[in-house]
Amino acid sequence: MRALCSLTIAEARRLLRERAVSARELTFAYLERIQQLEPSLHAFISVATELAIEMADAADRRIARGEDTPLLGVPIAIKDVLVTRDLRTTAGSRILENYVPTWDATVVSKLRAMGAVFLGKLNCDEFAMGSSTENSAFGVTRNPWRLDRVPGGSSGGSAVAVAADLCCAALGTDTGGSIRQPAALCGVTGLKNSYGRISRYGLIAFASSLDTVGALTKDALDAAIMLQALEGRDPNDSTSVSAPPVDVHAVEHAPEKLQGLRVGVPKEYFTAGIQDEVEEAVRAAIAQLEALGARVQEVSLPRTELGLAAYYIIAPAEASANLARFDGVKYGLRVTGNDLIDTYCRTRGAGFGAEVKRRIMLGTYALSAGYYDAYYVRAQKVRTLIKQDFEQAFAQVDILAAPVSPTTAFPIGSKTEDPLQMYLADVFTLPASLAGVCAISIPCGFDRLGLPIGLQLIGPAFGEQRVLQVARTYQMHTDFHLRKPNLDLSSLAS
Amino acid sequence: MTEHETDYEVVIGMETHIELDTASKMFCACSAQCFGAEPNTHVCPVCLGMPGALPVINRRAVEYAMMVGLALNCQIARFTFWERKSYWYPDLPKGYQISQYQYPLCYDGWIDVDVRDVASGTWQEHAERRRIRIRRAHLEEDTGKLTHIGNFSYVDYNRSGVPLLEIVTEPDLRSANEAYAYLSALQQIVRYLGVGTADMEKGAMRCEPNMSLRPKGSHELGVKVEIKNLNSLRAVRDAIAYEIERQTRILRSGGSIQQVTLGWDEARGVTYIQREKESAHDYRYFPEPDLPPLQVDEAWLAEVRARVPELALARQDRYRRDFGLSAYDAVVLTADRAVADWFEAVVAALPNGPGRAKAAANWVQSELFRVMKSRGIPNSAVHTLPVKPAQLAELIMMVERGVINHHTAKHVFEAMCDSGADPQCIVEERGLAQVSDAAALRDVVEAVVAAHPQQVQQVLAGQEKVFGFLVGQAMKATRGKGNAQMIHALLREAIERQRA
Repeated sequence: MRALCSLTIAEARRLLRERAVSARELTFAYLERIQQLEPSLHAFISVATELAIEMADAADRRIARGEDTPLLGVPIAIKDVLVTRDLRTTAGSRILENYVPTWDATVVSKLRAMGAVFLGKLNCDEFAMGSSTENSAFGVTRNPWRLDRVPGGSSGGSAVAVAADLCCAALGTDTGGSIRQPAALCGVTGLKNSYGRISRYGLIAFASSLDTVGALTKDALDAAIMLQALEGRDPNDSTSVSAPPVDVHAVEHAPEKLQGLRVGVPKEYFTAGIQDEVEEAVRAAIAQLEALGARVQEVSLPRTELGLAAYYIIAPAEASANLARFDGVKYGLRVTGNDLIDTYCRTRGAGFGAEVKRRIMLGTYALSAGYYDAYYVRAQKVRTLIKQDFEQAFAQVDILAAPVSPTTAFPIGSKTEDPLQMYLADVFTLPASLAGVCAISIPCGFDRLGLPIGLQLIGPAFGEQRVLQVARTYQMHTDFHLRKPNLDLSSLAS
Repeated sequence: MTEHETDYEVVIGMETHIELDTASKMFCACSAQCFGAEPNTHVCPVCLGMPGALPVINRRAVEYAMMVGLALNCQIARFTFWERKSYWYPDLPKGYQISQYQYPLCYDGWIDVDVRDVASGTWQEHAERRRIRIRRAHLEEDTGKLTHIGNFSYVDYNRSGVPLLEIVTEPDLRSANEAYAYLSALQQIVRYLGVGTADMEKGAMRCEPNMSLRPKGSHELGVKVEIKNLNSLRAVRDAIAYEIERQTRILRSGGSIQQVTLGWDEARGVTYIQREKESAHDYRYFPEPDLPPLQVDEAWLAEVRARVPELALARQDRYRRDFGLSAYDAVVLTADRAVADWFEAVVAALPNGPGRAKAAANWVQSELFRVMKSRGIPNSAVHTLPVKPAQLAELIMMVERGVINHHTAKHVFEAMCDSGADPQCIVEERGLAQVSDAAALRDVVEAVVAAHPQQVQQVLAGQEKVFGFLVGQAMKATRGKGNAQMIHALLREAIERQRA
């Protein structure tokens, strides 16, 4: 059973195609493992047992008819900020605790059409706001490498589900690092796609100009398979664009060497605050790239340190408007007050958690008359400069290599009282989000406590193909991505 | 009006919202044709503001807005973007309205209007032409609609997301009549362009005048009031007139005006305070990140410009200049674009059309309107009548050539309206051709004279009215087909012969 759950998408598909395993068997293996581990890890908000079995059986019928898709019969779990028809979608918030959408996000309907099996909805920070999954209204998710540590966030449930083999792959979202940082902290592969490459239709918006959908997977090849399944212009999302589709075959058969690849190392990503072991592991990974034939050079992204400030103006500003719809009138929680305003206040007061309220207030303030130019307009200018930083860097190099998170997974509760410390967890992931470029997080080592460390490979907008190929080549020569946390079921049960 | 009473001048600016008559809504595929539909039946995740839903621009709505902008002589922005206007209300499902703020699609325009004193008997003939500047016209989405019943409020989102064009004038209006004239002209333009019904009664056009009074000759603006819930053009005019009077009275007695939002009580004919002055609302506008900026290139603009027809005022001027029509005729004929188009098609089909335009105008205004009225066909649906403009032109020429007389022609026209048949066919089929045979008519006239000796004597005694009776008798004998002019002449001759 353990072997079945640790399969990659590519491996699972081969077994399914060869009828060595049925989608039903595979799905039951995951459901059983979820049942055993979920009480300790709490990666899911909703486990969709019946739906999963139903979808597995449907997939088996399609397989029996000789159908073949890259995800047919593959068990997948979905971050709970993506709407799913007839399947409760909470965004990790009390305000949507009992919200059951009537429709599917575009990415969800693509997965359905391909015959993927949905295991359930994954825990995350409320409305994807956070870096530890501690902001979920439905309890904290635990890092499978050490249960007293956070999994990172906001796609913490997604990272844990993949790391602990509770699903074959998971959908996540990344606004400022929400795929990459938990992927790094949990030792899995996470691709943040270029803004617009994958439809946002059906993603409960946090910061519309930054939100991206992507997958967390067991390796770079699976990341390519998921990208191929999810990408493409969507007429329902005006900000989506059509780009040349990813070539999965070329990723699978990536060259063994990296001859001719120009790798840039942004010096601003190796400054104060970075944990020694993280820096060492990342530098070792860069040395490995060099050993494989890449030409490594230092580059500068001079506005990196402004990223945090710009992000924490723009994202909350957009969020303050995006979350205005949760007013108790149409759906979700309603706490009836004495009049309309009182109902609004009570509903939102009870429905939103502290971090969401903090960001709504930040954003509202930044957009207020008299402050708009000083904050929002200025932050947009900074964003343009950060974009230019990347453009200039990519004029010199093909890809950037950097840490994902300054530290490995931190203890649960250690930063909840200090929002600014929490915000700093995203300092190396925010700039790529602001610039709209693509970036992948892949495992590249462990600290002395055995906690995973991630390597961030950043490519230009729509440069996923190269990023995936380099990640694949790296994974051909390393085994960090193959290591599994020790989840001794007997010890966990206690 | 005494001299003393004219010491204040009113300054009015108008903000008008017009629903654009597109098939689907501004940002989703829901039908925008939802007036009178069951509540919440024209809705989807987008216009309900469901979590995760995203807007997509309706290209047609943008084109409609550009057409109105062009008709209002506006500049059309080549680059514009959408912005979110944040405020809380249950009829606003997203908590913000997608609108335009910094860069409206249309700006810096003007419209000429003929201001008429509608209260006067001859209002169509006397007009003062005024130019009203348009500050901006921008696109946005409509909100839902609230209904309050007892302790509950019910919300219907059918209207949510219907494309809405907001048109704002400069404070150029100087009387209730000017406001009325401006809004009628605007309504007529919207209908001419076919981009909306602009029915105020159905909320498809909503006006909010803001006005202030100032001493004549002053250049400073007085304290402004806004008037809301005006459901007809007449209500706009009456409310403004009422306010001018009320404020003048207050100012004259040394009082001051409060800055308030007023409502209009149609039944009692008075305004009432809806809202006291409140602190300026902060809508926290910022660019809508879900929609790309809108770029209008020259080719698209040219394509849209080509769809803007000649408008009523220009047509009125042309009818008077080229066709020699009266202002009255021109106003009536251009009131509705369908009628104006129909009328012009008649003129175009007439040999030397402009010279015969008056005849065409008379036919349209008397016979065509009568037929449509009796059949309950609105003027805008004139094209649904079986009769075509070229056929009326033919009929007019038949009368002119003496083939039939005017009296018969009216009956032929009726028949044309029933069947759509050519007048010639109807005349032939029914044997309605005018009798102009002098010998035959002479026999008829002689017979009438012989049968009515007493009446003949009365005519000879100078009772001209009786002559008409005799003409009628002769016409009756020809079953209406007699050439009226010839009957007149022959009868006069025959009667004269009875003298002495």
